[in-house]
Amino acid sequence: MFDDWMDRYAMLIEMGKECPIIDEQYRNDQYLINGCQSRVWLHAELKDGKVYFTADSDAVITKGIIYLLIKVFSGQTPQDILAADLSFLDKIGLKEHLSPTRSNGLVSMLKQMMLYAEALKN
Amino acid sequence: MDINEIRKQFPVLDQQVYGKPLVYLDNAATTQKPLCVIERERDYYLHENCNIHRGVHYLSQMATEAYEHARQTVARFINAKETHEIVFTRGTTESLNLLATSLGTENGKRKTESLPFSVFRFPFSVLITAMEHHSNLVPWQQMVQRCGGQLLVAPMDDNGVLDLQAYEDLLKQGPQIVAMAHVSNTLGTVNPVKEMIRMAHQYGAITVVDGAQSIAHLPIDVQDLDCDFFVFSGHKMYAPMGIGCLYGKTEWLEKMSPYQFGGEMVDTVSFERTTFNKLPFKFEAGTPNVGAALGLETAIQFLENLDRKAVEEHETLLVKTAVEKLSAIEGMRFIGQAPERSGLVSFIIDGIHPYDLGTIIDKMGVAVRTGHHCAEPVMTRFGIPGTVRASFALYNTLEEVDVLVKAVTRAANMLR
Repeated sequence: MFDDWMDRYAMLIEMGKECPIIDEQYRNDQYLINGCQSRVWLHAELKDGKVYFTADSDAVITKGIIYLLIKVFSGQTPQDILAADLSFLDKIGLKEHLSPTRSNGLVSMLKQMMLYAEALKN
Repeated sequence: MDINEIRKQFPVLDQQVYGKPLVYLDNAATTQKPLCVIERERDYYLHENCNIHRGVHYLSQMATEAYEHARQTVARFINAKETHEIVFTRGTTESLNLLATSLGTENGKRKTESLPFSVFRFPFSVLITAMEHHSNLVPWQQMVQRCGGQLLVAPMDDNGVLDLQAYEDLLKQGPQIVAMAHVSNTLGTVNPVKEMIRMAHQYGAITVVDGAQSIAHLPIDVQDLDCDFFVFSGHKMYAPMGIGCLYGKTEWLEKMSPYQFGGEMVDTVSFERTTFNKLPFKFEAGTPNVGAALGLETAIQFLENLDRKAVEEHETLLVKTAVEKLSAIEGMRFIGQAPERSGLVSFIIDGIHPYDLGTIIDKMGVAVRTGHHCAEPVMTRFGIPGTVRASFALYNTLEEVDVLVKAVTRAANMLR
């Protein structure tokens, strides 16, 4: 799907620009994810047994990545999120971002989403 | 000076990343190593490896001699008066931690009233500048917190130039120690350290110069500067990682207590008491990084074999050209525009996060640093999350500056 890195990043940038802005009340340190070179805020809530995420970042590529994750995980049950097969990240070429030493925080974002799912499970 | 010939001595530069020729512009973080340095360290492990200062056997004596010769070379390189004024450390950070610890005690006695060093009088304070990186900030901050003292910070203006009047006003408050960056790692500002040292001495302070970012670019003469201490890392001047130096005037080093304890730094040891070795060994506990020290000596020889004036001019041209060409990009804002600059250009582009820009140009083969460069208060001062920093070394070319400018232009267009 994404042969060329330019296309891939162009898409992430587009997604970053499209990402719905998080409600201002959640754009504070309490919702900040540590471990990113850019700042990322993530909020989750449970509606009818399903988790809905919203996020924001001051870097557009980071925002694109989190929006992509939101598109995958939002509207799923906590159980489904926790059991998710993450191999899709390889397929869309985000594997390089998965190393824990990368500073973009994909790992931190995923971990935070899982923590929300865990907390909202019951 | 033939840059292409010089580049041949840095094999790491001759490679492709993501299918593009590597353009390495992160030299303020660490420089690449020439073959002669790599071979010197390899040679040490092939033929000379031995623990030093303790064996009577041939190899140990040879290694000891080589290590001490390296110390002489460093002393000559920065024009120290005495060879024993050179203490080998792991680098700038360790040198500064040594100072911030050892200046807090005298001859093994920690002052009961927490007063560091006997010459110091309450109220105790350390003066730094607003452009320090964390290594020349956090150790002093922790020291004054231990001693119940105060950290004073000399401000800079919007161009990243130190406010000398404010600096002098702070000196009047009587700080016992003044620690200053020679060259700012974020802004590239060259501070007027000689003048700052003279002023500090007038007010009775001890001076510490952080030479991490100057050592590879500017000639250093510690006697001419008249600084009490000068610290630097080898790895930012073409030498291996894991070796650095603390230069200190004999009178201070003699008074200071050891930093770490163990083998090598002792004179006599019993279960009741220990007396310490003479300078500089008092500050070199344990087995040192001999191979890296020899690599450092070779790096110094490598630099000395070049026309250093020509190197300085070449690096100045790289910075000047980068600034000129990057200026054409819409929304370009340089962070640090001091008239006296060295080695690097730091910038942001309106509406674009430095991390995004760095990510995209990385894919074009250009290695720069993005973020706060371990100098968070500097970012806070300018109200920005970070910068993109392109930092140069003697092997960089004007063609590489063009690649940088093209990559930044293209990335900015993608991100806008």
